[in-house]
Amino acid sequence: MADWQIGRSRFEIGVKESLKQNTCAAIGEENSKNLAAVERSGGMSVLELNALELGKKIKSGEVTVLEAVEACLARIKEMEPTIHAYVTVVDEERAVERAKKVQAMIEEGALTSPLAGVPVAVKDNLCTKDLRTTCSSNILYNFVPPYTAEAVWNLEKAGAVILGKTNMDEFAMGSTTETSAFGVTRNPWNTEHVPGGSSGGSCAAVAAKECFYALGSDTGGSIRQPSSFCGVTGIKPTYGTVSRYGLIAYGSSLDQVGPIGKTVSDCAAVLEAVSSYDNKDSTSIPRKDLDFTSALVDDVKGMRIGIPRDYLGEGLDEEVRAAVLEAAGEMRQRGAVVEEFDLSLTEYAIPAYYVIASAEASSNLARFDGVKYGLRAKEYEGLHQMYKKSRSQGFGPEVKRRIMLGSFVLSSGYYDAYYLKALRTKALIKEAFDRAFAEYDMILGPAAPTTAPKLGESLRDPLKMYLGDIYTVAVNLAGLPAMTAPWGQDKQGLPVGLQLIGDCFQEKKIIRAAYTFEQIREGR
Amino acid sequence: MANSITDETMEYVGILAKLELTKEEKEQAKKDMGKMLDYIDKLNELDTAGAEPMSHVFSMNNVFRQDVVTNGDGREDMLKNAPEQKEGAFKVPKTVE
Repeated sequence: MADWQIGRSRFEIGVKESLKQNTCAAIGEENSKNLAAVERSGGMSVLELNALELGKKIKSGEVTVLEAVEACLARIKEMEPTIHAYVTVVDEERAVERAKKVQAMIEEGALTSPLAGVPVAVKDNLCTKDLRTTCSSNILYNFVPPYTAEAVWNLEKAGAVILGKTNMDEFAMGSTTETSAFGVTRNPWNTEHVPGGSSGGSCAAVAAKECFYALGSDTGGSIRQPSSFCGVTGIKPTYGTVSRYGLIAYGSSLDQVGPIGKTVSDCAAVLEAVSSYDNKDSTSIPRKDLDFTSALVDDVKGMRIGIPRDYLGEGLDEEVRAAVLEAAGEMRQRGAVVEEFDLSLTEYAIPAYYVIASAEASSNLARFDGVKYGLRAKEYEGLHQMYKKSRSQGFGPEVKRRIMLGSFVLSSGYYDAYYLKALRTKALIKEAFDRAFAEYDMILGPAAPTTAPKLGESLRDPLKMYLGDIYTVAVNLAGLPAMTAPWGQDKQGLPVGLQLIGDCFQEKKIIRAAYTFEQIREGR
Repeated sequence: MANSITDETMEYVGILAKLELTKEEKEQAKKDMGKMLDYIDKLNELDTAGAEPMSHVFSMNNVFRQDVVTNGDGREDMLKNAPEQKEGAFKVPKTVE
């Protein structure tokens, strides 16, 4: 708690009082004035474009890569004192050099990806060569990776320009981005509220137009929940679809990298670009059906959609419930078959998840010992104390909490009662989903029980915060693909997100449904 | 089960986790862990006797590849992040007298 509070107060000093209540729309207005210099075609700021639109304009020569990058950097400079979505922003020199190089390659015809030249923000748990990668932890405050994560490398090959590294809950452990050692991120829709987490920085950066799209990671909902809170779209693909090489591990059997964007089309295109079989990740799966953009079809006729009754019960905010049911009605009107059903075991997903994720974290985070990289305590006696002091000084309270819990459930005497029990529960949860997908093409539900809570409300009671993951963690346990699509706002003006869950390898079904939702929303 | 969280248990977990907690941190951790484990005990309501522990969703066998170096010698790059180094190696406190 102490670490976090220091970070927060430091950040608050930089917040201009006048900007505190700004909503997205107000921020956008202000910005379009400031960026008059880069405005093109019809007086619209380049920042209003989505990633694919920008990619098209770059290809046609209407906008240069440099213009797009400079527009983002100016926007970042303007917004960061308020939002703080980034831990590290690239040096302007480096971004400009990269932009020119990509521009030249596009003109030569060497880069043909629809995302070539489009600037991206990357979550700070994905390694980027020569660009600091901290996991929002003091223990990696100075870590500059000697290599680039495979997912990021795939984007670079497609011509992406990296703008910087986004804030997150420390080691992706948290649901609000408040456990970051470098200060909180604020929700662009209402800066008194959290952006969600752990990919809160990535989602806030997209919502505040500080990038055109972003990469996040999802271990128990860390792409879907902040996407819901920030009113953006995010996909957590089937386990094994995107390489985890260079993703700093939290819960290895659950972690997946995925896209966060302004539209379903952007997310499908980015997912297509980052997915690959990688022999550097032993859990990577060779797939031949990675043409996700082929599923951008506005048609759900005949689609069978199940809504788990367990996802509409106690604890769900009334406005979020109403939004889900309204969305279901729209699908029905378009010829989908929508039914409520009993998924079962929902209440057991969170305890099973926290046992498994903490166990894996306690093992994965053993590598942070002050020897090869990161923080080493200044004073210690002997090797053993160096380990202990470095780790105790470097990790924040939430990370320590999970490492301790994980060490406990794996210790002899408790391993069977907790760890194996959780793995058996996981098998039953997977079976429950198998039964559901024998009946339905897709599951529809909320991404989170509420809209974004206020800053400072969640960390007081960790268990309560964990309960907010009720609709997301089961997906990771079962390895399923799932995504969040925005669906209106509550009375406070905060975004509500729908969660669409598919069977393993059935990303296309949920992308198709999400695209249909988007068409309906835009038509309103 | 959570009632079994004693100071000794916390001491032991601290050793396993390689964490040195202050007295206040220890008290808080004991409380937090007790609360979490009480909640996790909910799993005991569930009859899992017939279920095999599932570590990975997809049945995976070991994935083998040829042991060929493809990324060259990265020693200098790797050492750049070392808190202390000496003669091309990571430097740590003396471990053997």
